[in-house]
Amino acid sequence: MADEQNAKSMSIIVTKGTLDWAYPPFILATTAAAMGLDVTMFFTFYGLGLLKKDMNLKVTTLGNSAMEMPMMGGHMAMPNIMAALPGAPALTTAMMKNLIKKKGIASVEELREMAIESDVNMIACQMTLDLFEYKREDLIDGVAIGGAASWVEIATKSEINLYI
Amino acid sequence: MADVTLDAKGLNCPLPILRAKKALKDLPTGGTLEIQATDPGAVKDFEAFCRTTGNELMESHQEGNVYFFTIKHTA
Repeated sequence: MADEQNAKSMSIIVTKGTLDWAYPPFILATTAAAMGLDVTMFFTFYGLGLLKKDMNLKVTTLGNSAMEMPMMGGHMAMPNIMAALPGAPALTTAMMKNLIKKKGIASVEELREMAIESDVNMIACQMTLDLFEYKREDLIDGVAIGGAASWVEIATKSEINLYI
Repeated sequence: MADVTLDAKGLNCPLPILRAKKALKDLPTGGTLEIQATDPGAVKDFEAFCRTTGNELMESHQEGNVYFFTIKHTA
């Protein structure tokens, strides 16, 4: 099929592993793959957590100073300082997961599954595995292990290179 | 009447596109797929999807809050 041979390619460096930041790389990767691009995702630092078999993603107000949550027709600001309250990260995570479900948005697990199904090439950063003491067995199957040079080689041949 | 109908109502970006791609894959070349979606972003997205993949967006219209797209599997 011609749509499988678009011949264009995209690479994404995935550096963040929170529930909110897991979305952009997986949405773009799955969509680009559906549009016939060859896609490579390079998972490094906290992004590596998105390759763990057991993903338990969370979102916190901390560092997300513009965060607001829809509430009773309006929006409630979620100030940074809230993150310090006991149970606050669990609350913001539950709120967002609830919204995701209600709005017909795919879960990160679903998107990752679809990325695998559509042959997105996933590379886990070897240095990050060493640094945070993860083992290959902690990660899902079908992931390659590599370093910066692996990404650079792919990036030099890609039309689109993103850092998320 | 399209050969296959895909109900993507209630699904948000990028699910209508991903489901449509899956459905197109199973269609023979020349086959037609109708997608029903409620995501307003799908209008621009299906146009972009078809331009990029080379599949033909034969028709699109809106009835109430539902958007209908007919795509011919040409690519």
